[in-house]
Amino acid sequence: MKTYDAIVIGGGHNGLTTAAYLAKAGKSVLLLERRHVLGGAAVSEEIFPGYTFSACSYVVSLLRPNVIRELELPRFGLQILPLETTFNPLLDGRYLLRGKDPETTYRSLAKFSKKDAETAPLFSQAMAELSRMVKPIIDGPAPDPASFKPKDLFSLLRLGRIFKDAGEDFVAAQVKMMTMSAVDFLSEWFEAEQLISPMSASGIIGTFLGVRSPGTAYVLLHHYMGEIDGSFRAWGLPKGGTGAISMAIAKSAQHFGAEIRTNAGVSKVLLEGDKAVGVVLENGDELRAKTVISGCDPRRTFLGFVGEKSLDGDFVKQIKRYKMRGSSGKVNLALDRLPSFKSLPGDGPHLKGDITFAPSIDFLEKAYDDAKYGAFSRRPFMNIVFPSVTDPSVAPAGKHVMSIFVQYAPYHLKEGPEAWPSQKEAFGDAVCNMVEELAPGFKSSILHRHILTPWDLEKEYGLTEGNIFHGELSIEQLAFFRPASGFARYRTPIRNLWLCGSGAHPGGGVMAGPGWLCAKTMLEEGAV
Amino acid sequence: MGYPSPFHERMVALNETWKYKDWAGIVSPCRFIENHVYEYTAFRQATGLLDVSPLYKYEITGKDAGAFISYVTSRDVTKMKPGRVTYLCWCDDHGKVIDDGTVTRLDEQTFRMTAADPQYAWLLGYSSGFDLKIDDISRTMAALALQGPTSRDVLKSCSDLGELKFFGSVAAKLAGKKVRISRTGYTGDLGYEVWCDWNDGVAVWDACMQAGKAYGIVAAGLDALDMARIEAGFILLGVDYFSALHVTVPEKKSSPYEIGLDGTVELDRDPFVGQKALRAAREKGSERALVGLELDWPELEAMYSEHDMAPALSSMASRESLPIYLDGGQVGRVSSSSWSPTLKKYLAIGSVRRELSAVGTVLEVEHTVMFERRTVHARVVERPFFDPERKRKP
Ligand SMILES: Cc1cc2nc3c(=O)[nH]c(=O)nc-3n(C[C@H](O)[C@H](O)[C@H](O)COP(=O)(O)OP(=O)(O)OC[C@H]3O[C@@H](n4cnc5c(N)ncnc54)[C@H](O)[C@@H]3O)c2cc1C
Repeated sequence: MKTYDAIVIGGGHNGLTTAAYLAKAGKSVLLLERRHVLGGAAVSEEIFPGYTFSACSYVVSLLRPNVIRELELPRFGLQILPLETTFNPLLDGRYLLRGKDPETTYRSLAKFSKKDAETAPLFSQAMAELSRMVKPIIDGPAPDPASFKPKDLFSLLRLGRIFKDAGEDFVAAQVKMMTMSAVDFLSEWFEAEQLISPMSASGIIGTFLGVRSPGTAYVLLHHYMGEIDGSFRAWGLPKGGTGAISMAIAKSAQHFGAEIRTNAGVSKVLLEGDKAVGVVLENGDELRAKTVISGCDPRRTFLGFVGEKSLDGDFVKQIKRYKMRGSSGKVNLALDRLPSFKSLPGDGPHLKGDITFAPSIDFLEKAYDDAKYGAFSRRPFMNIVFPSVTDPSVAPAGKHVMSIFVQYAPYHLKEGPEAWPSQKEAFGDAVCNMVEELAPGFKSSILHRHILTPWDLEKEYGLTEGNIFHGELSIEQLAFFRPASGFARYRTPIRNLWLCGSGAHPGGGVMAGPGWLCAKTMLEEGAV
Repeated sequence: MGYPSPFHERMVALNETWKYKDWAGIVSPCRFIENHVYEYTAFRQATGLLDVSPLYKYEITGKDAGAFISYVTSRDVTKMKPGRVTYLCWCDDHGKVIDDGTVTRLDEQTFRMTAADPQYAWLLGYSSGFDLKIDDISRTMAALALQGPTSRDVLKSCSDLGELKFFGSVAAKLAGKKVRISRTGYTGDLGYEVWCDWNDGVAVWDACMQAGKAYGIVAAGLDALDMARIEAGFILLGVDYFSALHVTVPEKKSSPYEIGLDGTVELDRDPFVGQKALRAAREKGSERALVGLELDWPELEAMYSEHDMAPALSSMASRESLPIYLDGGQVGRVSSSSWSPTLKKYLAIGSVRRELSAVGTVLEVEHTVMFERRTVHARVVERPFFDPERKRKP
């Protein structure tokens, strides 16, 4: 039987990235995906004939430019299209439109606050500056503060230097971001709630926190990191859906010689002593490799594939404490026509961008309250895009696809997560009713509806508790804490078992950071 | 400045930016919205609708029309079948390029020619002894380009267009008007150009826009076009080379072999303008050659990060002339460059000493970072940079 240099579990975009980098380095690689399609949460599926949906993730955020270049992704079909405006419809019939051009943004904000309108560009600049400073953190493995290895010391020094050079202001801003709530942080800059509210919403995406919860400010930064990748457009709308990114990475991996199998679910990691030597498939087949790399979330990897018995008790505790608790859902629609928003009727640039519905802080807090008591939000926060407006290839002529990311949809319903299937349609209705309120007549344009609850995300997409990022992106679960302290550098307590998914540093999102850095670390350390 | 194009009223109504430029005396939108990348994206993902009426156009009819065009241009067009289009250039007696354009054969005795500069007088100058008539239709015939992967669908739903091969041309009915549609364009993508009476322009525009709604049509301006044409590796008169008629310095003139138009010169045939000089030029081999270059992005990034900056390259194509060096000496110049959103590479078109033009050659291009002139490595690569299958596919 062939022994591979590496077996990668899971064909999400991170697993694929690790496979591609290892194959490019000349290693023999086998990647195993449980589903019939590749991509994991970055997947395109033709759920209804003629309509291609980005079933889960829908915008590319921060796809690392070096990965795009080194894996030659444009050559294998990657195209990222502009998604530049942000439209915020309000319940009182007014709206905000940002990002089209500076004057439109200014005038739109000035309706609510002249001061905010002038402050907004300065805020963007400050955020871009801040993200440029922290960029090295996402473009390198997490430093290990407890380690005395020269390499770790070096990266700590490097970080230290970044902070030192940046001066006190920067450190103060950084500390604030890490500890404050999104609303408090934004309120230091802005006064108009109509602006603060949708901006703060970026801080809660994928978390089971409210916009007033401490620590949510930090996630805002991620949004500005895209800007520093400038013309590379690491932020945008993937042509053909987010699955096209995964497929481009897969083609690159195959080009470099990686072997990829779908419909090949792994049931466990094969251990010999404390060493991983391969995997056992769900059908019982055994496959052997010198290293095994999991692109699945930490919970599934350690408590599922490895098993508590083979792990140290402390580590098991850390993994159990690691917060998954999914809080989001998705409604994908095929539409006969585009909706016309009450606040800004007709077609226009606002339909080519991102539409964030977060009309007030109280509204978001109420949505969160529902979730705290184990129910989905009756009136949810929504992030909407219409990919077909810019990329007509995803829908039949004149028809459209609509992607609605919804929060909150807590995995843990008060009736228990297994109650989700019985609440799924009601959840879909709540979302569609919310849109109808903003765009009367919208419901009659729906041709097909596809709903994803956290339960579906877990059962179909393998995301434990439906967490979209393989674990919350909250401060105590980032960098050297991700997924567990002492194991933030892709290594695991099991020899030759590595972690390359979003549950590893630098975390979730379609950025391929963990996949790339895992492969890089393995290669540098001669582990494969 | 500026006379209105046939689509002027429609374009002005759509243009939110007030950014226009003079293209052959006609007011032409640079862009319709602030972010021209959306317009560029339409060329590559949907359909970009672009006014190309400012092009100069000539209709040449008569028994000798074919022989005449073959005499004044770089190609023998007498063998062309009606309904075909060809791309060519024309030169002065010294074999230096005056202009480039397309020639369409409508029927046995009718041809149409496009040019970037006015060429009526020049054409007329050679026409004595030929049985033909030259009509300057530059400002009586409108032209509208529909470029992008859905352009075929758009035209099929608003005209009686059937199958049309790459570089084919056919008479058609659009919006009840008599038009001609050719499968040509300047974006290097699947695309068409609709040629119609100047006065029918608005009706044609409206019909295309209406039909295009279902296919993501977007009005596009010249800024988007510039990016697309660089990806397609096309040269531009007045930017990448200069007309022999308008420059006085011999060095500024170019033979077709120096600007990548080798393929358009059919040398071994009946005498034609510039033939002797071109033959000599071919034998001697040109000193310069046109190249496609790809700038080393990691190096650019490193240069910017020395100043603690992200690479601050404009999203607009540049027509700035930049020196190309090798080992400290100048060996050529870049004439056009652009970030390619599709290829995610920084591309340039330039001219270098022929012995340095082989694919894979590594040169250095000037690049200014923080007001400091530096150089960045650039590799010679194949042109077109971007060449999708759909461009040619039946
Ligand atoms: C609804 C939703 C919306 C989102 N929106 C965005 C967004 O707009 N922008 C953004 O940047 N991010 C978004 N995200 C987050 C982003 O999609 C994820 O962080 C990222 O795609 C995760 O990639 P990954 O490769 O780390 O893991 P996954 O994509 O989770 O890959 C893991 C893979 O392992 C497979 N697998 C599971 N079990 C097994 C097994 N036993 N054997 C073999 N294979 C197995 C899975 O099928 C899957 O393919 C969203 C996520 C969701 C769910």
